[in-house]
Amino acid sequence: MIGVGKAKQYANVLDKPLGRGRQEVSLSAFAFLFSEVVQYNQTQVDNIAELERRLEDAGYAVGARVLELLCHREKGNRRETRLLGILSFIHSTVWKVLFGKVADSLEKGTEHEDEYMISEKELLVNRFISVPKDMGAFNCGAFVAGIVRGVLDNAGFPAVVTAHFVPIEGQQRPRTTILIKFAEEVIHREARLG
Amino acid sequence: MGTVAIYSLFIINKSGGLIYYKDYGSAGRMDTNDSLRLASLWHSMHAISQQLSPTTGCTGIDLLQAHNFDLHCFQSLTGTKFFVVCETGAQNMEILLKTIYELYTEFVLKNPFYEMEMPIRCELFDLNLAQVIQKDRVALLGR
Repeated sequence: MIGVGKAKQYANVLDKPLGRGRQEVSLSAFAFLFSEVVQYNQTQVDNIAELERRLEDAGYAVGARVLELLCHREKGNRRETRLLGILSFIHSTVWKVLFGKVADSLEKGTEHEDEYMISEKELLVNRFISVPKDMGAFNCGAFVAGIVRGVLDNAGFPAVVTAHFVPIEGQQRPRTTILIKFAEEVIHREARLG
Repeated sequence: MGTVAIYSLFIINKSGGLIYYKDYGSAGRMDTNDSLRLASLWHSMHAISQQLSPTTGCTGIDLLQAHNFDLHCFQSLTGTKFFVVCETGAQNMEILLKTIYELYTEFVLKNPFYEMEMPIRCELFDLNLAQVIQKDRVALLGR
């Protein structure tokens, strides 16, 4: 694609096709940047709930952009309109672009009809992070929860998305579960569409 | 070969404060004050050795050999010192110290909740360190 002399000249930058971009960035660079994001936000808040909200908001902006980009790049300018479609789009396409792999699992909540869970044994953003005991159940995965909410919201599926640590038996480290609770209207619309 | 090769591990910050100490079964157990004192003593001795060196470009003591233990020390470019106290003649301690340094850069420095120069309390660092030490022991047992 970037062969010397082969590059086509485009008069208008908008005519130029969107390249696939470099597929990988340095994990260390990301880890340091993310660490700084968390540290900066920590200085701006008084409590943990607010920190969680700020990280989520940061992720939301990423999600909104990622949806736009991937619909164009991967889906020929179409986006998913059905609930399961958009969920598997997040689980596979979005996850693959952002984290280099498909998410470990996508499940439907057993207790509530409107709840879905994306679980990851070791979330990339948490790879180097140890949350101190005094911060309780705080999970930096809130950033990823924000990304998921950003994608869903902009695709027309408003939802409340939260990140939780879930202990696994026989493992020292808990996994992270992204819990998605869809708004009532989304569930009604799905039921109508059948 | 004995089962316990490493007696203890210390990490001290650039001003000589102890930020991590782990005992792996040394004979005379030290309390917190002793370990703090030992750490800052080592820091000073390390600095003095640089001044006393008859040649230029000395980076301080790398190895201290005693009758019944060895002390291997590694200083990073930023002045953080890592040292292990181990059995006499224990091999590959330089590699072990470098590995521990690597774990420090990964799980301590990239952790947003760690404050520079302060005591290390990171679960992931502890977990990975335990694995490395364990592996080291297994390697020694296998010989």
